[in-house]
Amino acid sequence: MKTNSYLLSILVDDEPGVLSRIAGLFSGRGFNIDSLSVASTAEPDVSRITMVTKCEPHIIEQIKKQLHKLINVITVNDLTDKKYVQRQLALIKVNAKSEKKADILRIVDIFRCKIVDVGLSHYTIEVSGDSEKHDAIVSLLKPMGIIETASTGSIALARENGKH
Amino acid sequence: MKLTGAQILIKMIKAEGIDTIFGYPGGAVIDIYDALAKDNGLRHILVRHEQGAVHAADGYARANNSVGVALVTSGPGATNTVTGIASAHSDSIPVVVFTGQVPTALIGNDAFQEVDIVGITRPCTKHNYLVKNMDKLASTIKEAFHLARSGRPGPVLVDLPKDIQNTQVDFKEPKTISLKSYKPNYKPNKKQLHKVVDLIRQAKRPVIFAGGGVILSRASADITRLAKIADIPVTASLMGLGAFPGSDPLWLGMLGMHGTYRANMSIGHCDLMIAAGVRFDDRVTGNIEKFAPEAKIVQIDIDPTSIHKNIEVQCPVVGDCKAALKGIIQLMEGKNPENFKNGRREWLEQIEEWKSTTPLKYEQDNVVIKPQFVIEKLYELTKGDAIITTEVGQNQMWAAQYYHFNKPNHFITSGGLGVMGFGLPAAIGAKAACPDKLVVDVAGDGSIQMNIQELMTAIESKIDVKIVILNNKYLGMVRQWQELFYEKVYSSTNMENAPDFVKLAEAYGAKGLRCTRPDEVESTLSEGLNYEGTVIMEFAVDREESVYPMVPAGGAITEMLLV
Ligand SMILES: Cc1ncc(C[n+]2csc(CCOP(=O)(O)OP(=O)(O)O)c2C)c(N)n1
Ligand SMILES: [Mg+2]
Repeated sequence: MKTNSYLLSILVDDEPGVLSRIAGLFSGRGFNIDSLSVASTAEPDVSRITMVTKCEPHIIEQIKKQLHKLINVITVNDLTDKKYVQRQLALIKVNAKSEKKADILRIVDIFRCKIVDVGLSHYTIEVSGDSEKHDAIVSLLKPMGIIETASTGSIALARENGKH
Repeated sequence: MKLTGAQILIKMIKAEGIDTIFGYPGGAVIDIYDALAKDNGLRHILVRHEQGAVHAADGYARANNSVGVALVTSGPGATNTVTGIASAHSDSIPVVVFTGQVPTALIGNDAFQEVDIVGITRPCTKHNYLVKNMDKLASTIKEAFHLARSGRPGPVLVDLPKDIQNTQVDFKEPKTISLKSYKPNYKPNKKQLHKVVDLIRQAKRPVIFAGGGVILSRASADITRLAKIADIPVTASLMGLGAFPGSDPLWLGMLGMHGTYRANMSIGHCDLMIAAGVRFDDRVTGNIEKFAPEAKIVQIDIDPTSIHKNIEVQCPVVGDCKAALKGIIQLMEGKNPENFKNGRREWLEQIEEWKSTTPLKYEQDNVVIKPQFVIEKLYELTKGDAIITTEVGQNQMWAAQYYHFNKPNHFITSGGLGVMGFGLPAAIGAKAACPDKLVVDVAGDGSIQMNIQELMTAIESKIDVKIVILNNKYLGMVRQWQELFYEKVYSSTNMENAPDFVKLAEAYGAKGLRCTRPDEVESTLSEGLNYEGTVIMEFAVDREESVYPMVPAGGAITEMLLV
């Protein structure tokens, strides 16, 4: 059956063990986590988890209900079909041989990225954007030789004017 | 008022209206035991294994419609509770387990008898807590009881480090519970209830399917009323037995893998199923595709995750079973009842035919005792009024089939997890909760050996339980599968090497009776049931008797093996 990608924004009590409850729920019931990002919010004792999960359409309902059933989960907001802003941060360390430097700088410029570290033969590039932007820049940099990458999971918030 | 953590715990348990707890001491709970000894008003029953404490708490909760409490030490005491907790979780039984823990300063250091019991039990509790802060102790205990009994009930574990138990604080009784998002939805949606009534009006071949949720929400009278108004036949899962009177003409018997022919056929042919407090376990549905293929399904459940989990339903009702059933009945009352009995005569005639052509059956000769015969006699002698607990296996299924439960809270079995060794401690818990009731554990020879140590608990605490062992000298249910699906290769299921159960009973100070002849079944039961004290009644039954009907795992529920 076909699977879709879903973007969930979950508010939870900021307590020890909460992440483990969520991870345990997913592993125990055979759900997938594609990416996960957790941090505190402006409100004390509340953290936000942004999660991307891939599953069949009828499973997402079960996932949301199961998440909601956890005592420490405050709200589960499925952003998938709503208007939202989404960001992902990545650091990409790429080979920068002298003949390629200009090309890399052009890509960095086009994508409005930043070079955050420069070595004799490498650049480390900071990319912020949605996952399409990430995929695009990675595919362009690949031929130069990507040395290593680090990436956060997606974070997202619903747009205030996106309710209708 | 200055109180230690241990004293606060006892005070809070009593405040919940609980008079008996089950436990086993150790270094990490010695402060609580000290406080217990100096307190009066809370009865502590000393079990002989911590698993027994949780099953006893489970039996107590079910017999009494209340919350059961177990108290154990850290490390091995805590890990020994896991099976009991998992069983209560599967069956949605309100149990609160208090475990001792090493002092907060030592947590994480691999201290002596330290285990991360909160981590271990996370997936098999409704919720659990590690109390690290004195100020949170009382409110956490209050929350634990609230969570255990409200919404869809379940087990809650509270881990109590030793320093929390022996530190004194100013005790202030917590008044409110602050759970940000935990708000079980008791009140069903009115529109859905109207829809149910319309469906009943249109249905020609309706069936009510009651589960454990009906008993938990104390909705037996309501489900019975609904059945009567519209002449709807009723079946139940193992967990739902007793929700509807087993002697009523509308009763179909249990459904599922070992359901009656008429119950399973009714599922196969019904055009409306009103499922209340059930979760459509695979032992109930068999092949999901072929489960109630002609029916519109109404599912009433307080837990939204139960709905659309295993099976698509056309009319979900999220809410308390009792509230929903009451609402449905209210909408039907005052209307002409005939409107709700569309085509009922034909449907009930069809069911009657299934019943008369293919009843539950066995043949008792005068040589070997049939296990079913023992249960039937037990039913007759106790007038269906005993609380029956069971072990797991064939004994459990025969108890379910042949003891006709007329009232809720009278059948206590490990349904979802199927824990061998459940019945004896659960019987002790049930008897502790209902001292005026006759409590009988229907046991298998294999299962009874799994928590036999609890016999000492019964004797010591003068909690009289009656144990009926259907001794087939086999792990009978597994043997049955081997007979049917594994060419009779009885791999590791022979239990001929067993203790002498009569001597075993006597060794513990109980009475032991053995019966080997059909014509002595009644007198043995009668002697055992009337004996003042705990008894083992061992019946040497037909070794290779099997439980029928049987739906092979994954088969359609209507395709039963019948013998
Ligand atoms: C703790 C545990 N271990 C194993 C099983 C698997 N099992 C299910 S029924 C059964 C046989 C039980 O034998 P007995 O108690 O003699 O009951 P009988 O079926 O013979 O009535 C076994 C081994 C189980 N349910 N629980
Ligand atoms: Mg046996």
